[in-house]
Amino acid sequence: MRNRSAQITIAVICIILGIMLAIQFKTQENINDTLMPGRMEELSQQLYEVTKQRDTLAEEVQSLRDKLQNIRQDNQAMADMHDEVIKANMAAGKVAVSGPGIVLTLNDSTHTLQTGENPNYGIVHDYDLLTLVNEMRASGAEAIAINEQRLTAVSEIRCAGTLILVNWVRIGPPYVIKAIGDPDMLTSGLNIRGGHLETLKILGVQTNLQKTDNMELPGYNGIMKFTHAVPVEQANEAQ
Amino acid sequence: MWLLVIFCLLIGVFIGLQMPVLFPVVYAKYMSIAILAALDSVLGGIRAYMEDGFDSTIFVTGFVVNALLAAGMAYLGDRLGVDLYLAAVLVFGVRLFQNMAIIRRYLMKKY
Repeated sequence: MRNRSAQITIAVICIILGIMLAIQFKTQENINDTLMPGRMEELSQQLYEVTKQRDTLAEEVQSLRDKLQNIRQDNQAMADMHDEVIKANMAAGKVAVSGPGIVLTLNDSTHTLQTGENPNYGIVHDYDLLTLVNEMRASGAEAIAINEQRLTAVSEIRCAGTLILVNWVRIGPPYVIKAIGDPDMLTSGLNIRGGHLETLKILGVQTNLQKTDNMELPGYNGIMKFTHAVPVEQANEAQ
Repeated sequence: MWLLVIFCLLIGVFIGLQMPVLFPVVYAKYMSIAILAALDSVLGGIRAYMEDGFDSTIFVTGFVVNALLAAGMAYLGDRLGVDLYLAAVLVFGVRLFQNMAIIRRYLMKKY
């Protein structure tokens, strides 16, 4: 009789254990399903789709801008205004421009790292690009593009992990900075003794500076939104 | 006896698979420790049964208390930042193997 009650107890406990085991199996499986590669794949798929959408939207913006351009050209009365708009757009970097200038190519050092060496030294950083762009502007550059990303009035140059963000687009080495302006002025401005380009060369960054007679820089084809800034009326100034 | 144990385990697994319940992800780790403790208790019970020293009260309380204690210890370890659950895994793992070995010897003697 004692034996029978023992068997019943063991049976009941075994059933409970079985239930717990099964639920735990299911839970574990669920965790693996939701957090493991499947999730990552899903996210990368989403990223791909969104990127594609962004590209199509950028194309749409371009075509709409072209249409607007046509309308403006049709209307002779708006010719003066049109000139003004073109000038403003050039300043803002929204239209493609061409002209003489320089092409500066930067690439990370090929030097193999020795123990104790700082790996940061041979790498082109966001602040390197910023300083060089600043130098170009000081030397009279009228339009600048980094890896075909035109710098606008609101462009950023910012570190994003191993890459650099310009106009919210990720770019990687080699970095090709094109600047339109007086080629001689720009070259001497960049090659100034003790300047940033010289520092980069000492640190082992591969640099290549070339003058060109004619090249084309793309326009910025994103959207510029001003949610906070409002133009102040300056009607009196014109008189 | 063996048929009973395996049969009941299978029934339990079947019921568990049919139940639309999942443990919350946060507690899954503690549950796994608790299950390890429960498994140890069951094997200990079977061993006691074969040694004719089986006591239902000890068996049932051991099953519940061991599971709760193990889960509680893992939880406490998480709060403290110490991997206390490793202690539970080690202890119950060793005891599982010991119990299995003893059961195996009994079975070998029997047949």
